[in-house]
Formats: sequence, C-alpha cells, structure tokens
Amino acid sequence: MERYAPHAKDLAGRDVVARAIALEIAEGRGCGPRGDYVELKLDHLGEKTIAEKLPGIRELAIRFAGVDPVKAPIPVAPTAHYMMGGIPTNLHGQVVAPARFGPEEPVPGLYAVGECACVSVHGANRLGGNSLLDLVVFGRAAGRHMQEYLLDNPYPRPLPEHAAEASQARLARWDRPGSERVAAITGDLRRMMQTHAGVFRTDAVLRAGLDKLNQLEDRLAHAGLQDTSRVFNTARIEALELENLIGVARATLVSALNRTESRGAHTREDFPARDDEHWLKHTLYSREGDQVDAKPVRLKPLTVESIRPKERVY
Amino acid sequence: MMKFRLYRYHPESGEQPFMQDVELDLDPAGKMLLDALLAVKAQDETLSLRRSCREGVCGSDAVNVNGKNRLACITPLSELKQPIEVRPLPGLPVIRDLIVDLEPFYKQYRSIKPWLINDDPEPEVERLQSPADRALLDGAYECILCACCTTSCPSFWWNPETFVGPAGLLQAWRFIADSRDEATAARLDNLEDPYRLYRCRGIMNCVDACPKGLNPTAAIGRIKSLLVKRRV
Repeated sequence: MERYAPHAKDLAGRDVVARAIALEIAEGRGCGPRGDYVELKLDHLGEKTIAEKLPGIRELAIRFAGVDPVKAPIPVAPTAHYMMGGIPTNLHGQVVAPARFGPEEPVPGLYAVGECACVSVHGANRLGGNSLLDLVVFGRAAGRHMQEYLLDNPYPRPLPEHAAEASQARLARWDRPGSERVAAITGDLRRMMQTHAGVFRTDAVLRAGLDKLNQLEDRLAHAGLQDTSRVFNTARIEALELENLIGVARATLVSALNRTESRGAHTREDFPARDDEHWLKHTLYSREGDQVDAKPVRLKPLTVESIRPKERVY
Repeated sequence: MMKFRLYRYHPESGEQPFMQDVELDLDPAGKMLLDALLAVKAQDETLSLRRSCREGVCGSDAVNVNGKNRLACITPLSELKQPIEVRPLPGLPVIRDLIVDLEPFYKQYRSIKPWLINDDPEPEVERLQSPADRALLDGAYECILCACCTTSCPSFWWNPETFVGPAGLLQAWRFIADSRDEATAARLDNLEDPYRLYRCRGIMNCVDACPKGLNPTAAIGRIKSLLVKRRV
C-alpha cells in the first residue's frame, strides 16, 4: 500500500484500498493461479493482538480461506458489501422528500434507520464504523422522535381507500406462471453489477450495464414461481427481493452515470478528479422516469466547529 | 454425485413428513452445506430453509446434519458422511421443511431480560468498564442465538415451557457478569427455581453443538455457584 497511500498505508479509506487492490490485480500483480486476489498480511501483529482485536476476522479467514492470519496472509479482493445510498432522512430518522415547502420535507410518521436509510452524514464512502453511527446514533434519535410524534398523533390516520392495492398487486403478480427462474436472474444481476458498477466505472461500462439491466427486467416479467404455497414461502420472498434489487441496481447505475466526477467509492475513469464546484451535492434518484435530482449538502454544523470539505490524502 | 436425504414437510399437502433422497452433481471442495442446500433450492424452489449472512454470524441456518445441530453455512461438505441427512432442529414445532417455530426458544431468551439494567442517572460519556471486567464477558457475548445448543438439550426437549435452556442461561450469565449491570440479585432470583435453572443436568450436548465454540454448561455452573455463595 506504500505506492497508493504512503502515510496511512493499509489503514487508508476502504475506497482507496479497494482501488489499489483492483489496480494491482488488473496490472497482473495478483496472487494465486488466476492472479485474482492480493494477500493481506497480519502476522506482524502477533497472535495476542490478533486474538484480542480481530477474533471475528481470524475465525472467518480460518473457516473460509483455510488460513490462520497469525501464520499466513489472507487472500482478499474487492467486493460489494454495503449499500451506501438509501431512503433519504433527516437527523431525526424522518424520511424526507422534495414537496411543496422545500427539498427536504418530512413524510409524517415514516422513519428509516440503518442500512436502508441515508442520513447523508457519510458522503460517498463507507468507512469503518459508519453503520454503527447509522444504528446507534440515528436509531436512538428516531426512537426519541417517534415518542414525541406519537404524543401529538396518538391515533392512526385513516388510510386512503385503495392503500393496499399496490402491495396486493405485487403479491398477485407472482401467482402468474412463467418460464424464467428467479434464482437465475438474481445470479445474472449479481454478476452484471460486479462487472458494470464495480470499483472503476466509465460512461460506456455503466451504459452497457443499464442495457443488460433492461434485459434482466424483461426476463423478470416472464419469471414465475414453482412454489405457490402460503406457508413460509421463501421462493416468493426471494422473488420480491429480486424486484427490490433490480430497483436498487437501476438507482445505482443511473446515479453513477449521472455523476461525472470521482468521489469517495465512486470512481469514474473518464472523470478521475473530484469536482466540488459542480458536484458538492447529494444525488436524489426517483424511479419515475429515472429522474436524478440533487439534495443540498449541509455544511453548517449544529454544535461543533465546521470542517471544510477537502481532498483526502492518506 | 453427492447424496443427500432431506426432511420435507408441507403442511398444506395433508401428507406426513418424509425424507427426500436428492443427488447433486457438486464438487464438495471448498463448499459448505448451505451451498448444496441452495443448489437444491435452485432446482426445486419448494425446499424451504432460513438463511441470511452465509458466514456464521447471523445464526439463521441452524439445522440438524447427520444427527448434530450445526450452521449449514460453516459446515464444510467434505467433512460430512454421505448420504448427508439434513433435518430441522429437534424439539421445536416444524413449520415447513427445515424451518422450525423458534418462539419457545425466544420466549425463554426474553425471560432472562437480555439487556443492560442500570437505573443510575445517564452519565455524560459512556458507562466505562475496565479491561479486566470486559474480559469477563468473553465466551458469553459471542452467542448468535442460532438455537443449536438449546435444541440439542434433552432437558429442554422435556421442559421447553419451564427450563430456560443453555442459550438463555448463557445470556443470563452474560448480564450477571457485566460490571455495568445492577440487577444481579433480581437476575439470580429469576433463575432460582427447580426448573428454570436446575433442570440442567450437565449433559453438555450444548457445548458439543455450539458452532461458536462457547460453553453454556460452564456459565450455568457459575450461576449455580453464585446462588450457593449468596446463601452461605
């Protein structure tokens, strides 16, 4: 890692490390018979530190790679592991959407917390501890806000007459027989996203990904279930999840195509520089017409001194 | 070809549960049992099982494999004798195929109040703990609630309504041992009962079954000695 982050080295941000690994592999310096991974060396930490500080990592390495990091390096390669975007919320966990009175109007009574949410405090990166902040801090803030909200709104609001229809239609769709299998489409979607929305992106690669996504959506329209049981039907759950994944994949590809700069984990080979002048803003994607809007970045802190955003150097 | 025998039960069919013989063209090298079960499911969507993280962290794919409770995702296929017999966890009602109703397990877990109880005013910073006090939680906090231990315990099979079971008791110990928790006396009162704690006969199936290498029997022993100590 000296070549990529001379000071922070292996402790540089995950995006920096992921790019470094991807480059090493792409330039033919990977390890193993297929040269498709690099090795993470931990043995210099000593058995005591590894056992105390990294017991989970050690267990995974032994179980899945057959390697004890106390003695030998762990094979590693970049992969998708966390959804960095999500349902936009404010710092109370309230879901916000552009509406009559501004770009971030809370949706009454609707909250999102954790990996499904995007409080927009992490920018375009996933670093160690992000998910803890999302859960522990904003989970608590949302809980507190709900308590207050319920004091003022103790009764459920009447539902619109046809409120359940969209959900019922989603379920009913899977009663229709079809020749395509959900598991096959899910596998192809996974491989497509790994290839087209991975560590390095270009306009052409992302567009080709969108073409393939359209084909997958056509196949999804012809998919059907073999299992029509009403008891613990995991095949149906996986079908509904595939529909959700297709939606998330589309949001990811369209947003990545739209953002013509590199920032955080989003690296455009055709736009390698970070561009604060045009892109210091959050992406707001709506499914209707694949619309991409911007959400302002809040630079004014509430209780602590402001830190000006700047290029990261490790 | 790898040979499997899978427990199948479909409540809507009106038929009795049965064992289904399945053959798979699969190279076991480097693969886990979960990979095989998912390969079966890719052919036959009606096979139902729980699974999520596929790395031994979430605890949802616990099943009985060749007579032993294990997590499918961290059980190497190459270690298993064929035909590999996969059944739902024993001692709990089967909902469908490999899926059991875990409510009796969770009910016992809830009964030990698995959260930190401390009524002191909230401090400005975190409630701190010395490294030595923190070390007391090693071997207890790692439980992932997969239910492998509790459903391998004959005492739990016999008294699921009244015996807390190894997983619940290990978690009871986790909070009794926590220097930040102030409810030790109430927690011990809650367990001082011929059934809730003392149905444990030291059979140690739980230790054998735990996929995380934990020792509920030892934790139960520590709770018992605390109960003896406060009497004398």
